[in-house]
Amino acid sequence: MTNSWTDIRNTDLVVIMGGNAAEAHPCGFKWVTEAKANRGAKLIVIDPRFTRSASVADLYAPIRQGTDIAFLLGLINYCIQHDKVQWDYVKAFTNATYVVKEGFTYKDGLFSGYDEAKRDYDKSTWDYDIGPDGFAVVDETLQNPRCVWNLLKNHVSVYAPEMVERICGTPTDKFLKVAAMVAETSSPTKAMTSMYALGWTQHSKGSQNIRAMAMLQLVLGNIGIRGGGMNALRGHSNIQGLTDLGLMSNLLPGYLTLPTQKEPDLAKYMSTRGFKPLRPNQMSYWQNYKKFFVSFQKSMWGDAATPQNDFAYDYLPKLDVPGYDLLRAFELMHQGKINGYFCQGFNPLQAAPNKKKVIESFSKLKFLVIMDPLDTETARFWENHGPYNDVDPTKIQTEVYQLPSTCFAEDDGSLVNSGRWLQWHWAGGTPPGEAKRDTWIMAQLYLRLKALYAKEGGAFPDPIVKLNWPYADPGNPKAEELAQEINGRALARVTDTADPTKVLAEPGKLLPAFAALRDDGSTACGCWIYSGCFNENGNNMARRDTSDPDDAGFYSKWAFSWPANRRILYNRASADLTGKPWDPSRKVIAWDGQKWSGYDVPDIAPTAKPDQVGPFIMNPEGVSRFFTRGMMRDGPFPAHYEPFESPIVNPVAPKVRGNPAARVFEGDMAQFAEAASKEFPYAATSYRLTEHFHFWTKHVIVNAVMQPEFFVEISEQLAAERGITKGGWVRVWSKRGSVVAKAMVTKRIKPLICDGRTIHIVGIPLHWGFTGAAKKGFGPNMLTPFVGDANIETPEYKAFLVNIEPAPGPVA
Amino acid sequence: MFPPLPNPSTTETAPRLSEKDLIRRSASTVPAPEQRLTEVAKLIDVSKCIGCKACQTACIEWNDTHPEVGAFAGAFENPPDLTPDMFTLMRYSEWDNPETNELEWLIRKDGCMHCADPGCLKACPAPGAIVQYSNGIVDFVHENCIGCGYCIKGCPFNIPRISKVDHTAYKCTLCSDRVAVGQGPACAKACPTQAIVFGTKDEMKGWAAKRVEDLKSRGFLNAGLYDPPGVGGTHVMYVLHHADQPEIYSGLPKDPRISPLVEAWKGVTKYAGLTVLGVAAGVGLLHHLIMGPNRVSEADEEHAEELTEGDSHGRR
Amino acid sequence: MAADDVKPNEQIHPGKPVIVDRYTVGARINHWITAASLILLALSGLAMFHPSLFFLSRLFGGGQFTRFIHPWIGVVLFFSFLGLFLRFWKANLWRRGDGTWLARFRDVLANHEDNAPEVGKYNAGQKLVFWSMSVLIVILISSGLVAWDQYFSQYTTIDQKRVAILVHSIAAVAIIGVWIVHFYSAIWVRGTIPAMTRGRVTGGWAWRHHRKWLRELVAKSSKGAGPSGSKPAE
Repeated sequence: MTNSWTDIRNTDLVVIMGGNAAEAHPCGFKWVTEAKANRGAKLIVIDPRFTRSASVADLYAPIRQGTDIAFLLGLINYCIQHDKVQWDYVKAFTNATYVVKEGFTYKDGLFSGYDEAKRDYDKSTWDYDIGPDGFAVVDETLQNPRCVWNLLKNHVSVYAPEMVERICGTPTDKFLKVAAMVAETSSPTKAMTSMYALGWTQHSKGSQNIRAMAMLQLVLGNIGIRGGGMNALRGHSNIQGLTDLGLMSNLLPGYLTLPTQKEPDLAKYMSTRGFKPLRPNQMSYWQNYKKFFVSFQKSMWGDAATPQNDFAYDYLPKLDVPGYDLLRAFELMHQGKINGYFCQGFNPLQAAPNKKKVIESFSKLKFLVIMDPLDTETARFWENHGPYNDVDPTKIQTEVYQLPSTCFAEDDGSLVNSGRWLQWHWAGGTPPGEAKRDTWIMAQLYLRLKALYAKEGGAFPDPIVKLNWPYADPGNPKAEELAQEINGRALARVTDTADPTKVLAEPGKLLPAFAALRDDGSTACGCWIYSGCFNENGNNMARRDTSDPDDAGFYSKWAFSWPANRRILYNRASADLTGKPWDPSRKVIAWDGQKWSGYDVPDIAPTAKPDQVGPFIMNPEGVSRFFTRGMMRDGPFPAHYEPFESPIVNPVAPKVRGNPAARVFEGDMAQFAEAASKEFPYAATSYRLTEHFHFWTKHVIVNAVMQPEFFVEISEQLAAERGITKGGWVRVWSKRGSVVAKAMVTKRIKPLICDGRTIHIVGIPLHWGFTGAAKKGFGPNMLTPFVGDANIETPEYKAFLVNIEPAPGPVA
Repeated sequence: MFPPLPNPSTTETAPRLSEKDLIRRSASTVPAPEQRLTEVAKLIDVSKCIGCKACQTACIEWNDTHPEVGAFAGAFENPPDLTPDMFTLMRYSEWDNPETNELEWLIRKDGCMHCADPGCLKACPAPGAIVQYSNGIVDFVHENCIGCGYCIKGCPFNIPRISKVDHTAYKCTLCSDRVAVGQGPACAKACPTQAIVFGTKDEMKGWAAKRVEDLKSRGFLNAGLYDPPGVGGTHVMYVLHHADQPEIYSGLPKDPRISPLVEAWKGVTKYAGLTVLGVAAGVGLLHHLIMGPNRVSEADEEHAEELTEGDSHGRR
Repeated sequence: MAADDVKPNEQIHPGKPVIVDRYTVGARINHWITAASLILLALSGLAMFHPSLFFLSRLFGGGQFTRFIHPWIGVVLFFSFLGLFLRFWKANLWRRGDGTWLARFRDVLANHEDNAPEVGKYNAGQKLVFWSMSVLIVILISSGLVAWDQYFSQYTTIDQKRVAILVHSIAAVAIIGVWIVHFYSAIWVRGTIPAMTRGRVTGGWAWRHHRKWLRELVAKSSKGAGPSGSKPAE
């Protein structure tokens, strides 16, 4: 989230698209209810199904899954056509005025530089014209046909309301109603918030879905302001913490990146991470990258990380591929190239696409270690559960270890919510039976590994043997110790760079914030963005002060919000070029002639002059981007691509199948149904229900009572067409698998007309499996395709093709 | 936001609800309480409800009931109906609004309404099995319940359910045990969107008025408060977007009142019946006192002897 | 017609006084089961009918058991009465003379039974009791099943249950009323009770109250029925 949950109450218009907040985030949804009840805010829900969110919406518009970009670019087109643009914001705070290099084109669904064989782009033309001064060329008049604004205007022009209807199935009148309401928030005194979740990410163009909405929000001037923003509703408690701490195969904590094989030393590594400002006076905050990186290395290897050894740069693994994401991991297991797997708090047998392939992959492993509080399906993948897990245990040689771990309520620690708040929690119970805390298990494993390496040596024992392990009880690190390590400590005296007499931290003391980080090895910090969470003031994550001056919705003394306890990112953009809030009633910070101050921690240097320094300090431009240069694999603008399994051929680019830059493993393409398939005519999607949380709560009797059994949702029309009765059994199958479920026949799903065809939607909730208290059932991942987003490889769970027919119940 | 109730004190205090606060007691009478408590109410704002069932789970947890894991029956209601282990239930209704041609998904939390004039209590034959406190809570006292099911017949909302385990009637207590220590019902505490709020009845009416105003501004011209006068008003009230058609909310009765059949049964029949029986017995007694017994006389016996003897002699 | 009133095993035993068999052992057992059931039903039913009578539930060990046992006793009553019905329905058919008897009921009450026509095995009042009981028991068992929540709650709507319980209570009041008439008659008309205890009445009793029946019995035995003095047998 750019903003916070509590800030949603400040909005005038909530757009829930690519998510179902009421259903999947019922507690956070209270802030929508507050905005509606107290501000008269309106709620729009755009979804293939009339969801629980839609049940309390002012306007619901149906959409076919996987067509969000067409809808969103259609909205941008509408705003441009109707001059519903917050011009001052767009001109000053976005790259609308930047001139793009000659040679950049978009034609027939492809951007310039496409290599079909590699399914990848040469992105050299996707950049700005750089002037002789080394800065990007801009045209303040927006006259240059190659300036970003004109390219954007041209790019979105194809998505007229009629085309939106043709692609999305959204009736034109509904689309226009949505557009009119959304466009109203281009006023500087109106705010719209976007609430989205996995309905946008779980597509082969998930990242671009989100970009499209972010671009719309920039057109409307809704980023950085109270009640605005791009608000990702994270799918798990603490999944925000997972990404923050870099638990991705290509990341280090704090969104630093893991080196690649092409970066053999620190100098080479830093050469592409300099982030030289692209315009004069800009902060380009990533210029501090080396401070964050070196402090991380010191945190990892302590005294073993020295300037002489590039701060133990060699100890870091170097990537040979862009990343070892979930899909690649299973592909490699399937190929027999990964033969051991550690599965900590994860149930991939249920959660990964194409379950058949996952079972085959697990069956080829030598060992599988499960660390989980629950008896997961993954831990039982080798067990025969009739049709629900039809395997032959005698043919599976994988050795499975189950290490029971604790639930959050049995442990101290912090959880990071969607709004970036690190909230400390205290153990409310003792772990049952042999369950141990994850930190205990990891420490015990580490100590044994370290002993083995110390004894036996090995190819490269240093990264293990020299790991910094400063805990009072090495076998059982405490949550506070880890939190302090993440916050960071001074290793030598740290002084203010502007005023060396001013001491920021004495040696051994906790660092006050990431501004105190240094690149000379005098500071250690586990995750720079969290710095300040546990400093000499104490555990700031444990703060529970509910004061909120002027009811502005910031609650700045409650817990700790990264970065630097800032509640709204890019909050400098809430004020105009003179530093006055666009809307005085929505003040976040303001410029008093000398400095910035206000309700929130300014997201800019406190003395940065408003007419000189742009608000988007993490970008070398200082502004936000409609045109994102070469930062996305699949294009500097979003473009509509059909899902890999699509009920129609792409109307704007008939020759392009799926996202042309998305990675597809050999063999998986053959397992996709063709576009407009007769064999698989129905568009399926998968989702959660509010009664359950993933595959966890089916282990809880009360939740199992609330939603006991697997079902699929279809329209009354499809039910009539296929002779399916309410509550009756059906078989649903895709090119990859088949499930048996009961049928929910509902008015809440209606057939859509897309490109002249009637498209029926089959909704498949995901909560059931073969362990736990609920009835045994299948999940959608028997059916889903093995392909992910072009940029981050999140699997395309949300749009695929199936067939459906009445069936006898399962024989179990 | 409706101000949340503070957490209860950890020092022991006398419960705020006791026998002396009763204003009605089934099949018996109670002295009028010296001091009446302020009437409380739970307000369920259907227009804010997202149907998440947090209220149901909170209800199960607080009341420590043990419903069974059922089966999917074609709809979102789980369990499919109220049970002795499920005192409250989200009911879902897919309604095509004929005026707008738009689908509306009307979700209503069903449960005891805590009527001012409770039909269950009126119907109950067991002294003290159903009580009404002066704050409006209607509660079942299980040690006095005989499990006859009369409350089911008395209730205009079809709420009580008889347990097959202990054969007593169960329903929402409005968390009388929580209210007794200054807390609101568990469902209100769990509700993420404040679709359920709890306070004094007057506060709730005021809060509802604001909600109705908001709904009217959104085009729900018939929005209103459901506090049916036919049962003297209720201590669980709804804010409805279509207050003119409560029946579209999964059959919420439009004008609920205690059935005239029940009124007849528990009214005139009860008294007339006993009178009739008393009179019958009295008339018999009186007749006996006046007329005396009807005895067989010697002459009768002789007549009989004559008849039989005549017969035995072949005479007719 | 006369044959309907006289059962084959009803005998006259000459002597002083004459003894007349009126009910077999079976009929008497049947009657007393019915009587006991009806009384228990009345007591348990009244306990649940009016709060002032709830104390009666203590006779059954409390409200829960009262609620549990009442319908089961009802089932016993129904089948027991069915037995009585099958035994006696013919004798209770309405006959010529019953109307006249009823018209002279005032005389009967005033101990001037002689003014009424001679009566067969049952007088019109008894027949009315019999048929009222029959009809009311059918009403009570059927409405009782509807109200029997423990087993039958799912088969009817609440409105049907409400009708049933109202009908049940009105019918119950009526049947208790009928029972009072029946019970009072048995006390008032002395010499009646031995009919249901020992199965026999005196000839004088029969002469006084059921003269026509007596005459028919006499007529039957004159046709050479079984030996006198034999005991009533099943």
